[in-house]
Amino acid sequence: MNIVVCIKQVPDTAATIKLDPSGKSISEENIAYVMNPYDEWAVEEALQTKEKFGGEVVLVTMGPDRAEETLRTGLAMGADRGIHVVDPQLAGTDYFGTARVLAAAIKTIPHNIIFCGKVAVDDNAGQVGPQIAELLGIPQVTAAAEFEMAQDGNSAKAHREVESAMEVLETPLPAVITAEKDLNQPRYPSLPGIMKAKTKEVKKMTLADLGLNPAEFGAAASRFEVLGMSMPPKREGGRIIEGELPEAVKELVRLLHEEAKVI
Amino acid sequence: MAGEVLVLCEQADGKLKIISNEILTKGREISATLGTELAAVIVGSGVEPLGQELSNWANRVFVIDSPQLASYSTDGYTKALGRLLTEQQPRLVLCGASSQGRDLVPRLAARVKGGLASNCSDLKVEDGRLVTTRPVYGEKTYAQVALKGEGIQFVSIRPKAVVPVEPEAPMGGEVVKMEADVAPEDIRTKVVDVLKGVEGMIELTEADIIVSGGRGTKGEEGFGCVEELAKELNAAVGASRSVVDAGWKAHSYQVGQTGKVVSPQLYIATGISGAIQHLAGMRTSKVIVAINKDSEAPIFKVADYGIVADLFKACPLLTEEIRKLKAQQ
Ligand SMILES: Cc1cc2nc3c(=O)[nH]c(=O)nc-3n(C[C@H](O)[C@H](O)[C@H](O)COP(=O)(O)OP(=O)(O)OC[C@H]3O[C@@H](n4cnc5c(N)ncnc54)[C@H](O)[C@@H]3O)c2cc1C
Ligand SMILES: Nc1ncnc2c1ncn2[C@@H]1O[C@H](COP(=O)(O)O)[C@@H](O)[C@H]1O
Repeated sequence: MNIVVCIKQVPDTAATIKLDPSGKSISEENIAYVMNPYDEWAVEEALQTKEKFGGEVVLVTMGPDRAEETLRTGLAMGADRGIHVVDPQLAGTDYFGTARVLAAAIKTIPHNIIFCGKVAVDDNAGQVGPQIAELLGIPQVTAAAEFEMAQDGNSAKAHREVESAMEVLETPLPAVITAEKDLNQPRYPSLPGIMKAKTKEVKKMTLADLGLNPAEFGAAASRFEVLGMSMPPKREGGRIIEGELPEAVKELVRLLHEEAKVI
Repeated sequence: MAGEVLVLCEQADGKLKIISNEILTKGREISATLGTELAAVIVGSGVEPLGQELSNWANRVFVIDSPQLASYSTDGYTKALGRLLTEQQPRLVLCGASSQGRDLVPRLAARVKGGLASNCSDLKVEDGRLVTTRPVYGEKTYAQVALKGEGIQFVSIRPKAVVPVEPEAPMGGEVVKMEADVAPEDIRTKVVDVLKGVEGMIELTEADIIVSGGRGTKGEEGFGCVEELAKELNAAVGASRSVVDAGWKAHSYQVGQTGKVVSPQLYIATGISGAIQHLAGMRTSKVIVAINKDSEAPIFKVADYGIVADLFKACPLLTEEIRKLKAQQ
């Protein structure tokens, strides 16, 4: 079973976000980078699938030099090897461009299943998984909350939450599966795992290596232009309603009804 | 026909979903500003009556009706809509960032080589350009993003980001029936079962009022008073991640960065500390109420109204007061 997982390096969700002087991107100062949380669920599902069916787990990332750390984290969890697409021309590439690069990298290796995260928590796009599927011409299950491959390895069952219900889907493989939270319980890298990860293969690839035209990637080719970034309107830490509880509750209901008019 | 604004509508069991009216309302504003027509499309089986309903909301309504499209499938919908878009070449395709929109539209945009600004909280026209607002980095900042480049542009807008408003007069749109050349074998990924949620449960992302409980509820049993309050308010029930991780509530209840992003009129947080990842999911609520026994809890920094109290005492009192209020009305 050849299993591919696309992983993205993102700022830690607990990081304080400040803008850089341009006001168009965030300042990278004092930011700790981690694996996109949804990709942890994707890696874990890949490892569990390999444990049941055998085979190889290959991680693919596109990103600057520092993204290699995230690959090493995944390798320490137990993945076998990594591909790191890194090219100065890629800075500012949009989602479809990212999907094209990742699809091109995936085409260089055998693949029965491709796991992605449901969404990357930095840019909140949720596009790359389905777009890889489209580029490879294979089916998709997005936001899988449960995944199980059939014994013969030719199909899989997955659960996907829709408004107020859970769909049970059956898909032929190869397919792209994007991981929802709670798909599993991601393992922590073990100490021996971390040691081993240092020597595992990480193949660096450029756009040229993938046979892609650099002019079609990067900020100039992007479908988007960031005009600016703004901090959300600060919520005025409001009023604490004092007094004995029964009176405070009465006052709260009055305020919600008469002042805020929401009940 | 090219150059229109086209809204992808959603239906369930032959009824238009509220997200469709939200997006149509935004579509009407944008098409008016751009000076173009507004079109809508509805896909399904036996959905022709919806075409008539939608003609009140748009200048043109495409109806793609086929037994193969009775339930949503990525493959079936991508094929049917991909063909419509290739033929019609709208300038802008608008849809909801609902579970269907999030599954379908990235793939659809890729099929017709368009660009997609996803999960937007707003869309405006500025100097003739389409400019979206995209909450990024866990709602810690908003990016103003202009769309550029050739071809069709797609924008998906979150549920409840727009208040649906009916047109002043029915728009009398022409209803155009389109053929769907979708064969059973086109649909590779199939829905084999649907596990329904709790009867009468209100979907979080669609709710006007949400009552959420956190670790302070101390367990499934303790969560009961939160649910009773929700029931009295006709509200949806939410939970913090701690509650979900502890197994007191299913993942579908989770509000936050790795849960649902909600934007109700009223969000009541009980026994929730207000971690940054939780705030990411609810900070755009119109009014936030916090009930927490720790006056230092960060949730109070974003709450419009707070009560420092034991939730096991406060929730039943609040339920009772609301019952009284309802009795007066
Ligand atoms: C990558 C990542 C993603 C995450 N995503 C999410 C997410 O999507 N959603 C989310 O919610 N969290 C998320 N978290 C977790 C988040 O950091 C917090 O751990 C979590 O929100 C805490 O939940 P809580 O407020 O219920 O629990 P706690 O932080 O333990 O707070 C419990 C609160 O209850 C109060 N309390 C206790 N007893 C009572 C009582 N009797 N009456 C009144 N108040 C009482 C306490 O004072 C306290 O403030 C994420 C974390 C990470 C690292
Ligand atoms: N630069 C990247 N490198 C590797 N995988 C990525 C990259 N960007 C996105 N992905 C994958 O696509 C998923 C969704 O990302 P996005 O569409 O950007 O929200 C992520 O969880 C990853 O699995």
